[in-house]
This record gives sequence, structure tokens and C-alpha cells, in this order.
Amino acid sequence: MSLAHRIIPCLDTDGERVVKGVNFAGLRDAGDPVALASRYNAEGADELVVLDIAASRDRRPTFLETIRRVAAELSIPLTAGGGIRTLEDGRAVVRAGADKVTVNTAAVQRPALISELSREFGAQAVVLAIDAKRNGSHWEVMVRGGRESASRDAIEWAREGVSSGAGEILLTSVDRDGTQIGFDTKLTAEISKAVSVPVIASGGAKLPEHFVEIFKKGAADAALAASIFHDGVQSIRALKDFLAANGIEVRLPC
Amino acid sequence: MKVTIIDYGAGNVPSVERALHRLGAESERTGAPEHIARAEALLLPGVGHYSALVRALDEQKTRQPLVDAIQRGVPFLGICLGLQVLFESSAEAPQLRGLSLLPGKVCALPSSVKLPHMGWNQIAASRESRLLAGIDSSAYFYFAHSYAAPGSNGSTIATCFHGAPFAAVVQERHLCGVQFHPEKSGDAGSRLLENFLRLAA
Repeated sequence: MSLAHRIIPCLDTDGERVVKGVNFAGLRDAGDPVALASRYNAEGADELVVLDIAASRDRRPTFLETIRRVAAELSIPLTAGGGIRTLEDGRAVVRAGADKVTVNTAAVQRPALISELSREFGAQAVVLAIDAKRNGSHWEVMVRGGRESASRDAIEWAREGVSSGAGEILLTSVDRDGTQIGFDTKLTAEISKAVSVPVIASGGAKLPEHFVEIFKKGAADAALAASIFHDGVQSIRALKDFLAANGIEVRLPC
Repeated sequence: MKVTIIDYGAGNVPSVERALHRLGAESERTGAPEHIARAEALLLPGVGHYSALVRALDEQKTRQPLVDAIQRGVPFLGICLGLQVLFESSAEAPQLRGLSLLPGKVCALPSSVKLPHMGWNQIAASRESRLLAGIDSSAYFYFAHSYAAPGSNGSTIATCFHGAPFAAVVQERHLCGVQFHPEKSGDAGSRLLENFLRLAA
């Protein structure tokens, strides 16, 4: 008996529709979030993440409505985020039906946001999203959708975020994102070793072997992917069967 | 039968409601002592900090009507913090008093493992119960917590393990508690809620 490794599909949305892009750029439409959420819930996804990657203030009500409609489809946990700048933003997302809130750029600018959310909702509800990009011998924190360097060391930031009250790290390799050449196992293993909370690896997944590798070598607690699930390149059920056959504990739906 | 959900502002109330409605059960949310006093069945969901729940019960003046109802035998299901508060106290806020309906103290899970204990885990039933009837012994449930009640407690009917064994399900006649979130635990969670509704009917 031990904790299963989680498989988490991610819906990147413009607030209303699921969109996809490579290395955070060149977006195109990839479907209806409610239909995808319902499919993943039935296929045995362990959680679902919904992000508003446009995160514009005037479209916020649309995104909150999307969260409500997605949450209504799920009997698994839901994480939502994108553009969370204040405690009030976090509250709105939780009230709309999210179990956890992810913070990214705004937390780098004002780390107290993490402790404010953590005090109100508990550490288990606060996911610190870190977009990391290799720079020489270390990894740098990137903000604003991976476009801008925050001039901070990713490992240090992960540690600080956890001590401020984040209960989980959603770690995206900006170098690998959209490339489909596999997760960054080295980055993930380093961060996983540095913090006491679970780490979700993201960026670069395509093949089932990539997932085996991130759990075995990357010490990830969960793995997240988007387009390979949306496009039907990889079914969640088949992926979990493959992981189980490779000795990785997963929750197989009945 | 209508399930009275004690609403103290916890985030998981809407998902608990949805899960109950999918099973065809009626529910009402309340923070009012008089609603709790006349409830047919009670459900206390909880996420976040132990102190937020205990303080809310005291501020809403729902502690006493809740204890009275449970002692009268009104069916009760506590989820996550809603299980933890049944015990005497918690290391998360040692100065506060729990409901003391079950003996023992809630402790922190060991720091030798990743915390929070977050994700899907299996449970080991120590005896047969109506609450776990029809649920496969290999089923997974969704957990998200860093504190837990000791598994050695006499009312524990199933344990889980994360660094140490702890109580995953407790039951004393109509008093039930689960450390995991049945409302987030797919089909297995839904079956557990259905079993509670049957037990309460």
C-alpha cells in the first residue's frame, strides 16, 4: 500500500476554449474544456488542471464559468489557475469549484500571496507553478508564460515557496514544453529532492516511456501533459496499463 | 431523506453536494444550530486548517447541537477535517478542543515522507462494515492532509499508511468519518457515500 503516481491532464484555455502551443507560443484551438474534462474523468485521470493562459482581467468571469462547468463533470480533484494575483482571485477560483489554486508570476513578484492563500485554504490547496529554463549549470525561473526571466534560481524558489506554504509544486520545463522529447528528469529530480512536498512534472511528454522515466529517474509524484491526451495520441487508460506493467504504482480504474 | 451539510465555509461543500445529488439524495447547507438540531442525517466536510473548523463551530454555536445530535444517534459522516474533529484535539492547533466523541489525539504524519499526503492511496479494512460494503479491497481513495488520527483507535475500521499507519475510516454505529475525500474519489468514493446514505436511511 502506497501512494499511486498520478496522471494529470491539463487544459490550457483562453478562458473559454482549450488551446495549445509549442514553447508557450503559436496557440491554436484544441476543443471544449467541459467535453475533455468529462472524457478524462471517465478514462481514469487522477486529477485535472485548468489554466487560463490568457489571464486577462476582463475575461475572468468567462474563466470562472468554465471552472464551474468543468467542476460539475468531475469526481476527481480540480486545480485551477492562471492570472491569480490576489487572495480574492484565489477565493473566486475556489468558490467556482476548484480544490486547489496554482500561482505563478504573481507569487514570484509577491511571495506573500502564497502564505495568504495557504492560511485561508490550507497548504494542500496551494500549488506553486514554476516554469524553469536551463541557464548554464542551473535552472532559472521564468515568468509571464515562460517568456521572461525572473533572475531567480528555480531550486531556491521552490524551497522558498514551500516554506511560505505551498503544498505542491507544478514544475514545467520551458526547454521541453511542447517538444515531445520527454520530461526533464534531471530538473525534476533536483527539485523533488530539494522540497518536502509532492512535485508534478510537466513539459515534453509524448511516449509512455517518458512517464516511466519521470517517475523512476525524475522522482516525480505526478506527471502532467496536455496535447498528447487531447489529440488522442495517448489514452490515459493505456498509459496507466503501461506504467503498471513497468512496476509503477498507479490507480487503475475498475 | 435529506442530508444536512454543515457549511463553515470549507471549499469542498459544492463537490460534496454534487456527489450526493448524483446519488439522488437531497441536501441542505447550513451553519444554523437549529437546522443541525433537527437534521435527519449530518455531513461535515472539511479542508484546510483544523483551527478554522473548530473556531467556526464555536462561532456558529453549532458545536453543542452537533454533539447532541450525534449522541442521539443521528447518522453523521465527517470528511477529512470532519473526521479529525471527532477526536479530543489535534497537534495542528493543540490549544483547541475537538468534539471528543472519539478518544485520542490527531497527530502530524511523519516528516520522513512527502507532506501533504496528497493523492490516491489504498486502505486496509480491519473489519467488515456497511460503510465499506461492495468496495473492492484494492480501491484507491483521494487524500489531501498532513495530520491524521491514530490507526490504533478502537473505532477505526480501515487504515491507510503514509510514513505511519493512520485511521482512514472510523465508525461507531451511526457515527462515521473518512480521512479521504469520497466526493473526489471517483466510483469508489461514490459507493462509500451511497453506503452512508443507506446506513442513514
